[in-house]
Amino acid sequence: MAGGISTAIDAKSIKCNQKLIDATQESSWVRRLLIGVGLCYFFLFLLLPLGAVFVEALRKGWDAYLAALVDPDAWSAIKLTLLIAVVSVPMNLIFGVAAAWAITKFQFPGKRFLITLIDLPFSVSPVIAGLIFVLVFGAQGWFGSWFMDNDIKIIFAVPGILLATIFVTFPFVARELIPLMEAQGKEEEEAAIVLGARGWQVFRYVTLPNILWGLIYGVVLCNARAMGEFGAVSVVSGHIRGETNSMPLHVEILYNEYNFAAAFAVASLLAVLALVTLLIKTFVAWKAARIHAELKED
Amino acid sequence: MTSKLFKQSVIPGFGVTLGFTLAYLGLIVLIPLSAVVWKTTDLTLAQFWATVTEPRIVASLRLSFAASLIAAAVNACFGLILAWMLVRYRFPGKKIVDTLVDLPFALPTAVAGIALTAIYAKNGWLGQYLEPLGIKVAFTPLGIMVALIFIGLPFVVRTVQPVLEDLDKEIEEAAASLGANRAQTVFKVVLPIILPALLTGFALAFARAVGEYGSVIFIAGNLPMVSEIAPLMIITKLEQYDYAGATAIAVVMLFFSFILLLLVNTLQAWTAKRTGRDL
Repeated sequence: MAGGISTAIDAKSIKCNQKLIDATQESSWVRRLLIGVGLCYFFLFLLLPLGAVFVEALRKGWDAYLAALVDPDAWSAIKLTLLIAVVSVPMNLIFGVAAAWAITKFQFPGKRFLITLIDLPFSVSPVIAGLIFVLVFGAQGWFGSWFMDNDIKIIFAVPGILLATIFVTFPFVARELIPLMEAQGKEEEEAAIVLGARGWQVFRYVTLPNILWGLIYGVVLCNARAMGEFGAVSVVSGHIRGETNSMPLHVEILYNEYNFAAAFAVASLLAVLALVTLLIKTFVAWKAARIHAELKED
Repeated sequence: MTSKLFKQSVIPGFGVTLGFTLAYLGLIVLIPLSAVVWKTTDLTLAQFWATVTEPRIVASLRLSFAASLIAAAVNACFGLILAWMLVRYRFPGKKIVDTLVDLPFALPTAVAGIALTAIYAKNGWLGQYLEPLGIKVAFTPLGIMVALIFIGLPFVVRTVQPVLEDLDKEIEEAAASLGANRAQTVFKVVLPIILPALLTGFALAFARAVGEYGSVIFIAGNLPMVSEIAPLMIITKLEQYDYAGATAIAVVMLFFSFILLLLVNTLQAWTAKRTGRDL
C-alpha cells in the first residue's frame, strides 16, 4: 500500500517537474526551428564565404596555387605585411599595457573620457583613418612640404602604411586589458610594493602572470587586424607593386586583373591567419575559464 | 601627485604610464583626427554644403546609411537567434559555431569581399541559381547588404551572449509558476532584460557597417548613383586631388559616428544598470 502511495507521489512530482520544465523551455519544434534557422544563417553567411576562399584558390590546381604564392610581387607583399605586424603590434602592445596600468591602478579625473578616446579609432571608418594621414603628411598637408623638402616620403610609402595601421589597431590591446585589470584590482601589487618589490618587478612577477592570457588575446586580435587592414592602407599606399602593396592590396590588384585564382591563393593565406587567430582565441578563452574555475575552488 | 584630485597610491609608474598614454594617444589619434576639422575650414560653409549635397554624394550617403541599417537589423534578429542557440541549446557542431562566429573580426575585409563576390556573382556558387529567379545580388545594393551583414554578424551575438549566460533561470521559473506560458516568459520577461544588450550590438554593427569599405567594394560594382558607398566617394575625391571635398564627406560621416558612439555608451550604461553587471 505504502509503495503505491509513494509511486503516486513520484508520478505527481514528475508531472509537476515536467510542467515546470515545459514552462521554462521552448517546445521541441520551436527549438528545432530556431537551431535550423540559426545554422542556415551560419552556413550561408560564415561557412560558405570561408569555404569559397579555399575552393577558388585551388580551382586551377596546386601548381597554379604555389606559383601565385612564390611570385615576386606576392613575396614582397607578404614581407611588407609581416613588417607592418612587427612594427605596429609591439607599439600598440606597449601603449595598451601603459594605458591599462594608468587607468586601472590609479584614480584620476577624466578616466571614463580617456577610455572613450582610446576606443575612438574603432568608430572611425578605415577610409577616414587613411585620409587623416594624407591630410597631415600629404603634399598639401600640414607637414607635407617640410617632408618633401627633406626628401622624406610618408604618404604613398611604407611609413604612411605603418601609421595608418597603428591607428586602426590602436585600441585592441588596451581594451582587452582594461576590464581584466580592473576586475583584478590592485591589492596584489600593493602587497608586493609593501614587501619591497620595485616597480618593474611588480609588473613582471605580479601583474604580468595575471594578465598574460588577456594580453595574448589582445595581441592576436591586433595582429590579425594589422595584417588584414585594407581600407586605411589602401588610401595611403599608392599601390606601388613590389613596394607599397601589402597582402590585402595585392589580393585587390590580382582580382581587378581578373587573375582570380592567384587573388584567392594570396587570400587563402590571410584566411589561414584568421583561422589560427580564432583557434588561439578559443584556446585563450578556455584557459581563462579554467584559471577562473581553479580560483573559485580555492 | 599631491593634488586632492589624485588619490595617493603606493603603486609606482603613474606619471610615466599616463604621460606615455596621453602622448601616444595625441600623436597617433587626436592630432591626425583634428586635421579633418582643420581641413574643412578651407571650405566656406556654402562650399561645404555644395559638396555634401552633390547628388552623387547624397546618393552614396543615403545608400551607406540605409544598407547599414537594414544589415544591422537583420543581424539583430538572426544574431539573437544564434546567441540564444549557443547559450540555451545543445546541438552538433556547437563549439565550431561558437568559434567561427568571430570570423568576420579576424578575416581581412578584402578576403571577405572577393569570397562573397565569388558566391553571389552571376556565374557564382549561389548567383547562378538566384539569377534565373530574377534576384541579382552582386553589383547591386543587395550585394552591399550581404557584405555588411557578414561583417556585422559577431556584434549582436557577442553582446547578447554574456547577458543571456548570466540571466538567472529563477526569473523564468518565477514567471512560469505565476502562470505565464513560454512565449509570454520569453517576450515579456527575458527580452526586456536583454534588450539594452541587443540594441548595443545593433548600434555597434550599424556603426561598423557605415564605415566599411574593403568587403563592400568588390561586391558593390560601384555604379554612380546606384551602388557607390560613402567611403568610396572619399577615395574618389582623393583620387581627383579634391582633398577638401573628401574631408567634407568625412566630416559628415564622423559626425554620425560620434552620435552613434555616444548612443553605444549610453546603451552600455543602461545594460549595466538593467543586468546589475559592471561592464
